[in-house]
Amino acid sequence: MSVNKHCTGTRRLTIAVAVMLALLPGLALSQGIIFDDELNMRQGVTEISKSVYDLHMLILWVCVVIGVVVFGAMFWSIIHHRKSAGYKASHFHENTKLEIAWTVVPTLILIAMAVPSTEVLVDMYDTGGEDMKVEVRGYQWKWQYKYLDENRNNTFSFFSSLTTSINERENRVPKGEHYLLEVDEPLRIPVNKKVRFLVTSQDVIHAWWVPDFGIKRDAVPGMVNELWTIVPEPGVYRGQCTELCGKDHGFMPVVVEVLPQEDFDRWFADRLAAEQERKKLESMQFTHEELMTQGEGVYTKFCASCHQANGQGVPPVFPGLAGSKVATGPRDDHIRLIVNGVTGTAMQAFGGQLSKAELAAVVHFERHSWGNNAEDMTQPVDVANATAAN
Amino acid sequence: MSEVIDTHAGHDDHEHHGPDKGLARWLFTTNHKDIGTLYLWFSFAMFLIGGCMALVIRAELFQPGMQFVYPEFFNQMTTNHGLIMVFGAVMPAFVGLANWLVPMMVGAPDMALPRMNNLSFWILPFAFGIMISTLFMEGGGPNFGWTFYAPLSTTYAPDSVTYFIFAVHMMGASSIMGSINIIATILNMRAPGMTLMKMPLFVWTWLITAYLLLAVMPVLAGAVTMMLFDIHFGTSFFNAAGGGDPVMFQHIFWFFGHPEVYIMILPAFGIVSQILPTFARKPLFGYDSMVYAVASIAFLSFIVWAHHMFTVGMPLAGQLFFMYATMLIAIPTGVKVFNWIATMWQGSMTFETPMLFSIAFVVLFTIGGFSGLMLAITPVDYQYHDTYFVVAHFHYVLVPGAIFSIIAAVYYWLPKWCGRVYDERLGKLHFWLSFIGVNVTFFPQHFSGLAGMPRRVPDYAMQFADFNMLSSIGAFIFGLSQVFFLYIVIKAIRSGQQATDRVWEGAHGLEWTLPSPAPYHSFTHPPKVTDAEAHS
Repeated sequence: MSVNKHCTGTRRLTIAVAVMLALLPGLALSQGIIFDDELNMRQGVTEISKSVYDLHMLILWVCVVIGVVVFGAMFWSIIHHRKSAGYKASHFHENTKLEIAWTVVPTLILIAMAVPSTEVLVDMYDTGGEDMKVEVRGYQWKWQYKYLDENRNNTFSFFSSLTTSINERENRVPKGEHYLLEVDEPLRIPVNKKVRFLVTSQDVIHAWWVPDFGIKRDAVPGMVNELWTIVPEPGVYRGQCTELCGKDHGFMPVVVEVLPQEDFDRWFADRLAAEQERKKLESMQFTHEELMTQGEGVYTKFCASCHQANGQGVPPVFPGLAGSKVATGPRDDHIRLIVNGVTGTAMQAFGGQLSKAELAAVVHFERHSWGNNAEDMTQPVDVANATAAN
Repeated sequence: MSEVIDTHAGHDDHEHHGPDKGLARWLFTTNHKDIGTLYLWFSFAMFLIGGCMALVIRAELFQPGMQFVYPEFFNQMTTNHGLIMVFGAVMPAFVGLANWLVPMMVGAPDMALPRMNNLSFWILPFAFGIMISTLFMEGGGPNFGWTFYAPLSTTYAPDSVTYFIFAVHMMGASSIMGSINIIATILNMRAPGMTLMKMPLFVWTWLITAYLLLAVMPVLAGAVTMMLFDIHFGTSFFNAAGGGDPVMFQHIFWFFGHPEVYIMILPAFGIVSQILPTFARKPLFGYDSMVYAVASIAFLSFIVWAHHMFTVGMPLAGQLFFMYATMLIAIPTGVKVFNWIATMWQGSMTFETPMLFSIAFVVLFTIGGFSGLMLAITPVDYQYHDTYFVVAHFHYVLVPGAIFSIIAAVYYWLPKWCGRVYDERLGKLHFWLSFIGVNVTFFPQHFSGLAGMPRRVPDYAMQFADFNMLSSIGAFIFGLSQVFFLYIVIKAIRSGQQATDRVWEGAHGLEWTLPSPAPYHSFTHPPKVTDAEAHS
């Protein structure tokens, strides 16, 4: 990976062509190359991911050996048994012993492969005895992480969405080191603790994958899947959504930061305090400038991927907000639409995703941007009133 | 059979009369050769359209960052590429080959149900016309992947999904009629002496494929009908909020989908089993075991569907069952590969274009089989699932698998169809370009998948850049060499050298006893089936 950054396109191409030519004749016969990160499965850091890697290598080598024998016989025949070399055709067309052999031998090889595979799979299904629980919830197109207490109640939660700028994605500025694999707030878990993930989805099916942990599970609406991991090394681990989930499927990475226990505890306490603070905000009054600043932040994170930063949307699927009936109409209708979403469209219900302060800010922002100039202010208390009357 | 002759007796008593003239010939034809030709040209047109979509995908993925299209359109391209290649290119091509070849191979004058044959073809241009037109509708065409998982394809789908559902229904009707016709022809119209175990393998594989189609196309129709009801009539089959289950969609889809995979490969097995013996000048090794292997693969295809869903969250017992069942497929598939090699062994081989494509089929399909075996291992599949490793796997079995076999069949039987021989030098050049193109395109995708690149993404992280660039270059080589294929075929039809009746020195089978080009009605009198002209 670090090599790429220093390579020009053509050099990259030359290297890639050279690698291909070296590899084409026999699937990864060269040990030296196959262990490179770019060519093979990642070993990862957990016990599970390492046993998965070993299993992968075992099967790969079985296939390589079978391939060498089978293709070897075939090419030997192609070279020697050709008419141009004057070879006269035999006329045999069956051989019972041979046919029994090549049915029985593969069966034995398969049984030999099934045994370790079953063992690893059984280990993976050992989900009990966890130290902490995190709910992983997929949304179009971000992840929500909820830290659950003993009774599976939410302690606090936050969204984790892509931070790679649209300018990087559209090639206007150079791409950063973690292009498309960086988020505003990663999932944080402590090192060496068994963490159990409850994976589900709010809308369509997503899939949560961290290659270095060797775990992947679909996030299915209406269903809770279980996963677990114990990560022995602190660090930042990156993965992606792996189930097509709509327009921005390629832009919802998974980032997990594994912290030493005391760092994790400190972060957890801070996060909990911030949560209390956030609740306090809901009874406060804000100025126009405060609402605009906070609203723009919320808009960029939650709304702009569909309605676009300039408020023009992508009609007809994602309507524009500049001059729209909703953003220039009655305020409480505007609030309720964002809180409840629009059934049967991509417009989600944001009531459960955003605090009242955030909802107020984003409504205010939408009503005072892109030429929309409502005369009203929107405060957290207005959100509470509008939804209570609902 | 008598009906066919009667239909034509009215306006021409002579048995070897020719076709009508002009457009009417093609619109109203009930002739198996005309309909076969229509199927083949239609599927080639779809192959080029689906191929252009693939090139849009590969152009966008040439470098990291968004260059040419928006993610919304990218998703429409991946979806339509898959649908068009599966339902528009590969399946109709095999039906076209069956139309041309089955009557000639079993010693019949035509297909058993000629009017239905006409209908089953003429549905297709309308089905695909509707499906492709959705790309120009407000909100765009299908963008949920060729597997159209609910609820992305229901609650969250563009409005055009209704047209997509209707198109799928039409394609299904066409396939069902086509398979009924093939079954009826094979079971009823064989020449005296052509017992089941003397049928050429192409006929055998198509018979089994036709039963697979009959079994699973209604399942697909059921799935899309349930989608239709969820979208328009307020049911909640797949909507969790209404008590439905999105995972049930996947179970139903893959109960169709896995046999569908074999529908696209079994006739290919048949073609290769015809071609290898011809150019090895040696009978097919293990004919009986070939038939049993195809039947076993067809049976197993019904009990392995959930291996496409290992990450969806099934109980351990379910995961183990589907892992073991899937691994079993390796056994009959292995038997087939070993039989092909034993057929070549101690033959007297020559390497004309059909032989080159068939040998490449055996090698590259086997590589696809190896990655299939790796994917069968559930715990490892978690790492492969929905990455480019899967993309590499199924393209290895479908492109150098199904498509190469179709190309081989065209080169092999073209002289019999049009009475003219293609240019061997150009054919070989086409082979080598395709062979290099296909490997440069798809082999690197194993690596990007293993390194962690998800499939169906319009943009990717920097560490995947090298292999994607290489893959895109390969795709353009492969794509352009298929335009070259078109040129070779047209050149052969217009100005190729006159073919002999036998065409290939080592060819066996009833179709080679007919003149080249084959007469409009293949066998108006049942031929005598000798051992030499039974299966090769």
